[in-house]
Amino acid sequence: MAGRVDALFFFLLAVSLFISLLVLVLIIAFSIKYRRRAPNEIGAPIGGSIKLETFWMVVPLLLSMVMFGWGASLYMSMQHPPPQAMEIYVVGKQWMWKLQHPEGQMEINELHVPVGRDVKLTMTSEDVIHDFFVPAFRIKADVLPARYTTIWFRPTKAGRYHLFCSQYCGTNHAVMGGWVTVMEPAEFEAWLAGGPVEGSLAEAGERLFQQLACNNCHASSGKGRGPSLVGLYGSTVRLQGGQTVVADDDYLRESILNPRAKIVAGYGPDMPVFQGLVSEEQVLQLIAYIKSLAPPQAAPGQPGTAAESKRPAGEARKLP
Amino acid sequence: MSSGTGASVPTLGHENYLNVSYGVKSWLLTTDHKRIALLYLVSITLFFFLGGAFAVLIRLNLLTPQGDFVSAETYNKFFTMHGVVMIFFFLIPSIPAVLGNFLIPLMIGAKDLAFPRLNLASWYIFNLGGLFTLYSIIRGGVDTGWTFYTPYSSLYSNTHVVTTVVGIFITGFSTILTGLNFIVTIHTMRAPGMTWFRLPLFVWTHYATSLIMILGTPVVAITLALVAVERVFHLGIFNPALGGDPVLFQHLFWFYSHPAVYIMVLPAMGVTTELITTFARKKLFGYHLVAAASFGIAVIGFFVWAHHMFVAGVSPYAAMIFSILSYLVAIPSAVKVFNWMATLYKGSVSWATPMLYGLGFIGLFVMGGLTGLFLAALGLDVHVHDTYFVVAHFHYIMVGGAVMGYLGGLHYWWPKISGRLYPEALARFSAVVLFVGFNLTFFPQFILGYLGMPRRYHAYPPEFQVLNVLSTAGASILGIGYLLPMFYLIWSMRYGPVAGPNPWPATGLEWQTPSPPPPHNFDVTPVVSWEPYDFANRPDLKYPAPAPELGHFQPAAQD
Repeated sequence: MAGRVDALFFFLLAVSLFISLLVLVLIIAFSIKYRRRAPNEIGAPIGGSIKLETFWMVVPLLLSMVMFGWGASLYMSMQHPPPQAMEIYVVGKQWMWKLQHPEGQMEINELHVPVGRDVKLTMTSEDVIHDFFVPAFRIKADVLPARYTTIWFRPTKAGRYHLFCSQYCGTNHAVMGGWVTVMEPAEFEAWLAGGPVEGSLAEAGERLFQQLACNNCHASSGKGRGPSLVGLYGSTVRLQGGQTVVADDDYLRESILNPRAKIVAGYGPDMPVFQGLVSEEQVLQLIAYIKSLAPPQAAPGQPGTAAESKRPAGEARKLP
Repeated sequence: MSSGTGASVPTLGHENYLNVSYGVKSWLLTTDHKRIALLYLVSITLFFFLGGAFAVLIRLNLLTPQGDFVSAETYNKFFTMHGVVMIFFFLIPSIPAVLGNFLIPLMIGAKDLAFPRLNLASWYIFNLGGLFTLYSIIRGGVDTGWTFYTPYSSLYSNTHVVTTVVGIFITGFSTILTGLNFIVTIHTMRAPGMTWFRLPLFVWTHYATSLIMILGTPVVAITLALVAVERVFHLGIFNPALGGDPVLFQHLFWFYSHPAVYIMVLPAMGVTTELITTFARKKLFGYHLVAAASFGIAVIGFFVWAHHMFVAGVSPYAAMIFSILSYLVAIPSAVKVFNWMATLYKGSVSWATPMLYGLGFIGLFVMGGLTGLFLAALGLDVHVHDTYFVVAHFHYIMVGGAVMGYLGGLHYWWPKISGRLYPEALARFSAVVLFVGFNLTFFPQFILGYLGMPRRYHAYPPEFQVLNVLSTAGASILGIGYLLPMFYLIWSMRYGPVAGPNPWPATGLEWQTPSPPPPHNFDVTPVVSWEPYDFANRPDLKYPAPAPELGHFQPAAQD
């Protein structure tokens, strides 16, 4: 991706240099060639030329449409993480980054990833708007409170790369950063095995699910007071009033923190509000657990993009 | 007509707007658009040097990677107040409120603006807003960034957000009233024969600018009022915990603040058009297209706001529409640049000071505009967004463009405003200093941005130091470039050679009346029977001999 961004950058740089030099040379050439030789000398009576003006309207227009198309196609591939990307959860707060690996490792202001694997970041903020920016990977996305945003990258070279917050977020904005460490796959496996971890993210979510007594209502049989969560992730949910919604990260987050916002058809508004009772990290753990609840017969799913909203319910995505 | 030949006769003895009455009261209660323009000149110059002082402090702090000059908290206040003061209290009023105020009635052959008392009221409203902002600064300042992004500004910042936004809110009314005044004046008060297509481009660009002022300013006023309401009454407008949407703020804010860039740069384009035609002594190439381009920019400019939000989690399809519109708004700007170049072709080009500013404007505006194409390219914006690349880009447009235009205009019309000429050699020297200093300050920032240095950073990784030191060095040269004109322009008010009514000489109506103009602008209402910039058909316009470029002016015979 970094190479593709740079290719566009250098294309634009070449066009810009050409135009700047053209303007510079013409200004200097005209100013010298047509310099005033007598105080009351006047210029030639030229009023304009439709042909010329059309020419320098159309050529920049065509050129800029090339830039638009190139930039847009690049942006689209940035917006859509490849399936099977390893999913890291990021929580930003004034003034630190908290990251969780699917295997359960937690990191602060550091992210360890292996070379050659697609990494998808699902990010939210506990307070103000932050922005996750790794210049070496040419990626950046705002990290918003009460919402998830995602970006992805595929590191190609081992090394340590700057991580910056690039959306102004208050006093220590400039030091809200850290490092992304890209490791050879074997090293990364060793690193994963090295840390003290109490199970994967989904397992942490499952423990939480029981502690908070969610399982009392959300029975997997579907006969509880709440709907079953098996195979929920990525499926289309029918709501009271006939609307439907795709059960993505944002929907799950909202349904945990503010369940009365969207009530599933056939159920009552019985669930208590968890806003303020669970942290953003815990919400992400719960979501990881819900994602892991694939029905036994499920085929490997596609990633949770809007395009797959028509997928039949029950075809949940497996954790990477 | 005998205009343009009066330099040998001292003209300052005539009754003019400066000597018609004396005393503080005669200024503070004046309804003469020319005096109000000078009142604005004083106000915004003070704000310019205040904003500039913050810039100096910012650049000093960035000399070292640790930022050990001031604390992070103080630094954040510095860049916020630099932005707030420069944008709302200098750049937006600069050309319209000073040069526009002074010149629009003169250029269309009117006695004053349509609503002279409203015009004075605008100045008072402007200063009242300014006082609120000054009060916030003295009380400890504000640290949200001039963009006031929520929820930081509405929930988290512990600084003087409310008084600052109240100041901006109030000042917005002065902008609205000025825009209203201009539009009504241009519609209703043109002299006989001054048809729409005989208007100087300066008037066209001010008309387009006034539309933005009237349509855009209320939106930012309401938006900032909502921030204050959320801060004070804890309503859930932008606060997600109460069902608000922090990104909504960004949409509303940029709906005004992107067009606001055109409030700054369109008038500068108008000034540049006057400079290029006068100092190439040639008709503007493609008058109609250049006039139309101003409106193209003003209209399309209202529909590009979300290009500030490509990484803010907006829908990628919406982002594509805003990207394509951002490219479209670049076309009228490109047209203007090419038409200016074509105007130089086979012209009679003089290198007088205002022309140096005019050509400098074109160069810097081209660089600012071209780097805008980088930012409009979606996939590339992701990388350079919120970095120093953006900082460099908008300084090329707003300082390299708008401020160069403003200073060029100030020099060009200074003989009309003061009746006297500034020292030409010193003025050319300082224009070159300014151009060099500007590029040295801001060009390194493009590279910094591409390398990934985020903006609004109090401290930074050591590998960025060299470029930051270069930028600070450039800023010190730039500072000299700004101070010099202030000194010699003030000096020239008393000691400069008498200019005569039309020292350049130019075709505009403002040059057909003595310098400084009489209180009612024209002794006889002019009748216009010529096309703008039509030097070929105006043999009456002759340089006062000898030409000012040769520097042979007689010193003023009297004060």
